[in-house]
Amino acid sequence: MNQHEAHGSEHPSFLAHHFATPRQQFEAGKLGMWLFLSTEILLFSGLFCAYAVYRANHPEIFVYAHHFLDSTLGAINTVVLICSSFTMAWAVRSAQLGQKKRLCVLLAFTILCGFGFMGIKFIEYRHKWHAGLLPGKHYNPQAHEGDHAPVSGHADEAEHQPTTTAARHPVESAAVEPEHQAATTPASTPASSTASEEHTLQVPPTIGPAGLAAPVTTTADVHAEESTDEKVKNVQIFFSIYFAMTGLHGLHVLAGMSVIGWVLWRSMRGEFGPLYYTPVDLAGLYWHLVDLIWIYLFPLLYLIH
Amino acid sequence: MSSPAVEHHHSEDQGHVVSLGLLAGVWLALLVLTVVTVGAIYVNLGKLNLWLAMIIATIKALLVAVYFMHLRWDRPFNAYILVGSLIFVLLFIGFVMMDTAAYLPEIDFKDTLHP
Amino acid sequence: MSTTGVHPGSALPDSRESNYLTHKSGLGSWMMTLDHKRIGVMYLISILVAFLLGGIFAMLVRTEHLTPKETIMSADTYNQVFTLHGAVMIFLVIIPGIPAAMGNFVLPIMLGAKDVAFPRLNLCSYYLYVVGTVMALASIALGAVDTGWTFYTPYSTTTNTAVIWMVMGAFVLGFSSIFTGLNFIVTIHRLRPPGMTWFRMPLFLWALYATAIIQLLATPVLGITVVLLAVEKAFHIGIFDPQLGGDPVLFQHFFWFYSHPAVYIMILPAMGVISELISVFSHKHIFGYKFIAYSSVAIAILGFLVWGHHMFTSGQSSLANMIFSALTFSVSIPSAIKVFNWLATMFKGSISLETPMCYALSFIFIFGIGGLTGLFLGTLATDIHLHDTYFVVAHFHYVMFGTMIAFVGALHYWWPKMTGRMYSEFWGRIACALIFLGMNITFFTQFVMGSHGMPRRYFNYIEQFASYHQLSTVGAFIQGIGFIVVAIYLAHSLFRGRRAPANPWGGNSLEWHCSSPPPHDNFAVTPTVGDCYDYSGWQYDAQIGGYIPRPVGAEH
Ligand SMILES: [Cu+2]
Repeated sequence: MNQHEAHGSEHPSFLAHHFATPRQQFEAGKLGMWLFLSTEILLFSGLFCAYAVYRANHPEIFVYAHHFLDSTLGAINTVVLICSSFTMAWAVRSAQLGQKKRLCVLLAFTILCGFGFMGIKFIEYRHKWHAGLLPGKHYNPQAHEGDHAPVSGHADEAEHQPTTTAARHPVESAAVEPEHQAATTPASTPASSTASEEHTLQVPPTIGPAGLAAPVTTTADVHAEESTDEKVKNVQIFFSIYFAMTGLHGLHVLAGMSVIGWVLWRSMRGEFGPLYYTPVDLAGLYWHLVDLIWIYLFPLLYLIH
Repeated sequence: MSSPAVEHHHSEDQGHVVSLGLLAGVWLALLVLTVVTVGAIYVNLGKLNLWLAMIIATIKALLVAVYFMHLRWDRPFNAYILVGSLIFVLLFIGFVMMDTAAYLPEIDFKDTLHP
Repeated sequence: MSTTGVHPGSALPDSRESNYLTHKSGLGSWMMTLDHKRIGVMYLISILVAFLLGGIFAMLVRTEHLTPKETIMSADTYNQVFTLHGAVMIFLVIIPGIPAAMGNFVLPIMLGAKDVAFPRLNLCSYYLYVVGTVMALASIALGAVDTGWTFYTPYSTTTNTAVIWMVMGAFVLGFSSIFTGLNFIVTIHRLRPPGMTWFRMPLFLWALYATAIIQLLATPVLGITVVLLAVEKAFHIGIFDPQLGGDPVLFQHFFWFYSHPAVYIMILPAMGVISELISVFSHKHIFGYKFIAYSSVAIAILGFLVWGHHMFTSGQSSLANMIFSALTFSVSIPSAIKVFNWLATMFKGSISLETPMCYALSFIFIFGIGGLTGLFLGTLATDIHLHDTYFVVAHFHYVMFGTMIAFVGALHYWWPKMTGRMYSEFWGRIACALIFLGMNITFFTQFVMGSHGMPRRYFNYIEQFASYHQLSTVGAFIQGIGFIVVAIYLAHSLFRGRRAPANPWGGNSLEWHCSSPPPHDNFAVTPTVGDCYDYSGWQYDAQIGGYIPRPVGAEH
């Protein structure tokens, strides 16, 4: 504070009044961004946790379902993000050196990579939409029939396990008999006490996560004639996790692109130079984190052995 | 500002400028590692495949964090934040995995009880 | 000591020609302000409004329980009202209460800084609070919520009430909380003036720092939890839905990974306030400064290791049950360290029972009971009996209400600084006694009823519990009257109150070194930082009714 009083005469326009030196302001901004990144990591941790739990307990779902993802497109997207991270880091360097034109070009290229990433993501999503490979209740891969050859390099394996009937029934039974859902609500609701008496086969909610066992009671008769498909149940869980993870990541890519766009606009106005480039640096940190998360998502979702 | 003795100030105001060669080197290393990740799935290592993929991903993540995100030249506190938050992530995931794995047999048991 | 923060000219009692309140005027100057003091005051007003709302819901719940059957509302309405009471009190009042309102106002001043590190982010976080509040309360009009504040699946994803609005409100409020914490950490790291070392910081700042760690690391997990819940409800993705192969216990893990640490978001700042109050009103140096400081951080970290104690009866594995039960007991160590240090601070101090001190002493009593009854709930065997009974309700109200007591104590302590006016000491003590009495009547009864098996959240109850419930309701009314008294005399003091001196209590942290109310930029001269718990540099001046710097060289 008193340093500020001491040389208050040379208070640059970008320096906020409560900071003494540009260095202090820069370091504060940087610390703030790192703290924010730590909250982003914890935000994603929930999804990684869901992934880890289901993968550890039901690996067969993941081995089976990942064949529907196109690992080529995933790999291309990984390369796109790595390149954008490189240009972003380079952009910070250019800002530090006061190379305005290069800075703008690099930022623009980074945004372009973001568009590329989202474009490929869109192609993947659209394909899944048409194939009925959707999360939870909407998982309905019958539209996928006769068309799963091109989805991935492992198409031959996928053919051995016809997807049309696999694991659809638990889902449908929920959709067809909505009143059955009431039976699994916790004991605190009046409905469940009566319902669970009627369905004596129901796993009592107090014993544990009835979840993975619940559909069995109503689908037992249906499954009797299709015992071949019982190997892989609950494939929809994979797509729930896939869409949740890539969706949240995609939102972060969009947010990063907007931030970089704003930084690009300010760079074109010549606001940044060797003395002040904090926004470029902070936007870069954010963008690298988005890249970093994708580095884990790619092998976890696309490359399951 | 913490006590000046602990503080490490750079002489120039613009902080550390990373050389273009280093940035490009990291970029190439990341691309190579991506190829390695994809290639690794064709080698059958059983359960180790997942771990191999995670190790490669972690090396890539470290490259990004240390060089692209400047952690190597930053105050160490920023790195502590990153490592600290990852410790809490591991704590979270670790406890939940331990618990779900422990009650899983109970569910499977119920499953076989009422097929 | 030569390093006491006292220096001439800093404590002028009437240097209030221009203060932060009069610096600029007009609604716009408040709405768009970047001044941490004004943002703190805006938070305070919003939080008090929310507290009024939550209090009304509480009174409705208690009134309903006057008779064993329907008294004033239907069972459905009752479910909605207790949900709203819980959600409003937790998300809108207790979590932001001390950090956002009090912390924002005093943290930079106590530190000797001109503002928090990111004033714009601070304002943004206030507006996030407003938006989150509106979204959460909009749920009332859009079909209400009847899940309880815990939003357990699969009920919350199947009920047709407005759960999505409520949880997305909680999401936005979470980010408000995250940004406040982020701001505080950066401010404490980067804006300490020369001389303000880590171990010269007032303990309130240590508490806020520890709180901020939890806000940053736990709140995002709540964020992803409620987003998944909302997506689950809207699109049936099934991660938590057993019908779709999901796992409802996973939701509880997610939820409590935030919501147990959130208990420490609520209680840690309260403990920080109490550390200040106990020392100032005992006129004695705080005992065990470093122990209190480190125990705040220890609580913040240990608080992340115990969330499973909420799930002992939820289907959690017995392995996890045992681990979480054992870890739960570890949290009591740093909490007890604090209590012992407060008691040691008071030992042989010259205690003056002004209103803030009455609240501080109430806090120690109430928190003591709240903490000790937690041990029964952390023990596996007893928890099976007590889980989901009124014993739990009483336990967490003893803890949470402790926070409210500390909040009201802090409000009284810093009221002269914030408003420049003194309130009526007489009515202050009366109100404190009413609140303390009412609180204990309300909730001690609930311990008894819970241990006899009265389940929580029930609309009807058997005749046997009628007298307990009625006594509990009477206690709630007494509390209500106490808070109304507080509201009346504080409002009165704004217009008729005596002008507050710069240092009415004899405190020595930096906020007492600037005038009441503080000037716009906090300090005309950069303050000299000394030991903020050394009160020897101040002497009482009956004329101004406050403390003035002791003349240099005078004996004490
Ligand atoms: Cu807890």
